[in-house]
Amino acid sequence: MNNKISSDWLYEITPNKKLIDLNLKEIWRYRDLLILFVKRDIVTVYKQTILGPLWFFIQPLFTSVIFTLVFNNVGGIATGGVPNFLFNLAGITAWNYFKSCLTGTSNIFRGNASIFGKVYFPRAVMPLSITISNLMKFGIQLIIFIGFYVYYLFIGKEVAPNQNLVLFPVYVLMMALMGLGFGMTISAFTTKYRDLTVLVTFAVSLLMYVSAVPFPLSKAKEKLPELEWVFEYNPITQIIEGFRYMTIDYGTFTWGGFTYALVFSVVIFLIGLIVFNRTEKNFIDTV
Amino acid sequence: MDNIILKAENISKQYRLGVVGTGTLSHDINRFWHKIRGKGDPYAKVGSVNDRSTEASEEYVWALKDINFNVRKGEVLGIIGKNGAGKSTLLKLLSRVTGPTTGSIKTKGRIASLLEVGTGFHPELTGKENIYLNGAILGMSKKEVEDKFDEIVDFSGCKKYVNTPVKRYSSGMRVRLAFAVAAHLEPEILVIDEVLAVGDAEFQKKAIGKMQDISKGEGRTVLFVSHDMGAIQNLCTRLLVLENGGVCFEGNVSEGVEYYLQNNKAKELNYKNAAVTEGISSVKFLNSDFQEIGMVLTGQKVIVQVDYNNPEQKDLSLSIGFFDGLSNFLFSCRSDIVNLTMNSRKGKAYLEIHKWPLSPGFYHYNLAVHFKSTMVENIKEAGTVETEKGDFYGTGKLPGKKKAFYIDYNWSEDVL
Repeated sequence: MNNKISSDWLYEITPNKKLIDLNLKEIWRYRDLLILFVKRDIVTVYKQTILGPLWFFIQPLFTSVIFTLVFNNVGGIATGGVPNFLFNLAGITAWNYFKSCLTGTSNIFRGNASIFGKVYFPRAVMPLSITISNLMKFGIQLIIFIGFYVYYLFIGKEVAPNQNLVLFPVYVLMMALMGLGFGMTISAFTTKYRDLTVLVTFAVSLLMYVSAVPFPLSKAKEKLPELEWVFEYNPITQIIEGFRYMTIDYGTFTWGGFTYALVFSVVIFLIGLIVFNRTEKNFIDTV
Repeated sequence: MDNIILKAENISKQYRLGVVGTGTLSHDINRFWHKIRGKGDPYAKVGSVNDRSTEASEEYVWALKDINFNVRKGEVLGIIGKNGAGKSTLLKLLSRVTGPTTGSIKTKGRIASLLEVGTGFHPELTGKENIYLNGAILGMSKKEVEDKFDEIVDFSGCKKYVNTPVKRYSSGMRVRLAFAVAAHLEPEILVIDEVLAVGDAEFQKKAIGKMQDISKGEGRTVLFVSHDMGAIQNLCTRLLVLENGGVCFEGNVSEGVEYYLQNNKAKELNYKNAAVTEGISSVKFLNSDFQEIGMVLTGQKVIVQVDYNNPEQKDLSLSIGFFDGLSNFLFSCRSDIVNLTMNSRKGKAYLEIHKWPLSPGFYHYNLAVHFKSTMVENIKEAGTVETEKGDFYGTGKLPGKKKAFYIDYNWSEDVL
């Protein structure tokens, strides 16, 4: 009965909301906006800078250099036969994608309150555009990684990927889903409660250490046996380790860990989606 | 019936008063607890009427309560009301920026809003890039923007700056560009909130012209919120007056404006009653139907009613002088000059101003009582009178934005 009446209306604005209401048709209609947002995210970051897009290269390179100096040279962490620098670069490339997805989406509602407060467009365009623009930045960083990879091969180091490389798209997907899931959840809660914004900035930088980015998982287990579970049950560790395992063939990989990370990222993504959906309609009243 | 393009049914919007704090969390938990037990929202029953002048007695307030209205295709619906009556909340609901607490809005067309234009601009991007971005935010496709790009740039009058980042624009240029983008949108329903309050006179004229084209020429449905009674009377075909979160008038435009002005008086006296003195017991501002008004429109016929006492029963005359906010004298109206002197003990005198000549703003008046041409009483700043923008020349146009005096004139020509 209800359907019959509403059929000749284009749409209806009501207070009740479905659990997950993606409205893909509408997002498709706004695809030009999506493209423009992606373009904006990439172009505006380094506008009015001299080095411009070079900054996309500089940041991961310098971080890797510092990690190599601090953790490998000063701290004496061995990374098998793999060049330390390449080991760090692999970890940072993967970590950066997750991190930028998370921090990017975690501020969606607050950062765009002025636009969201004035016009309607499918809110999901925002996190989607952030994921895509970060994917492009990830692509650029991957090029650097491959560049150094080739360089190390050229000077005769023994590095090689292994058969797990076929899982590469799955890993990228997991990083995106997990970053989005956490980001959207945080973003939804920060509209009302600002506590999380304070937490996010330092929690993310701490999370990097708990996720075994600057050192191999095996080292962490060996040196901190009583905290082994922290690393083991952290799904991000699984992703970082897995990424390194498939690209430079160094690290630990278990199908159990892989499945765990995959399930975890899907679940956290769904949670994020639901929370995001519930928030997008009325957040402007509480932000 | 089949002409109805938008239908609002029982829409209400509840807001929480005060700040978001720990109390909010406990309310959220309580709400969640009710929900999982299958009960309704425990706070939906409470909430006071949206009247900002009374002290808040409850934590929740209904910004809108049970609003019902229909909009027909091709109609220009004006929405007026005092500050805080719920106009902007209603527009926010219509443009889907926020959801209603109860009720539903059904629509047969795309709604695009022009709420404080230019908010989607990115300061680092150039004018050109922003036209595309803003167009897309407002729901245009890239192709639509491309087709209209030249038109948009021409309309904005910012051709020279199109490749300059928007952060270097003056605020006026930003608004021009934003309005230009929005004006070239082609949704079935357009929602406009006070955009005409910005920009210089030339641009305002352009904007009003464009709005007229949109509504009259192209037969688009427009919802228009404004405090500018002149623009409302000129553009709208129907009017909705909101008060304290409810619809208190719906219908004919001129009746609605009249209703709004009178109604304003009841809640909030916008002119101070003159002090009761020996000579004068009250002063009232009336419209041409002798109904008391709280605000005056530029160009409106105004009648000032003065109740006087005249113990001597002869030779009493009255004078009202008007001053602007800086106490500069503007004009005065003396009764003995137009040969009216009062010779009865008590009575009402009426001053008729055929066309109220002042531009929008606050003015005050002095009252003087003369007996045999000598001033016996002079009440300085006896009262204030607020003026709203009106249609002085019957053309919907008023020159400039400056404080001004309007006189009734005419231009004519002899063609050689």
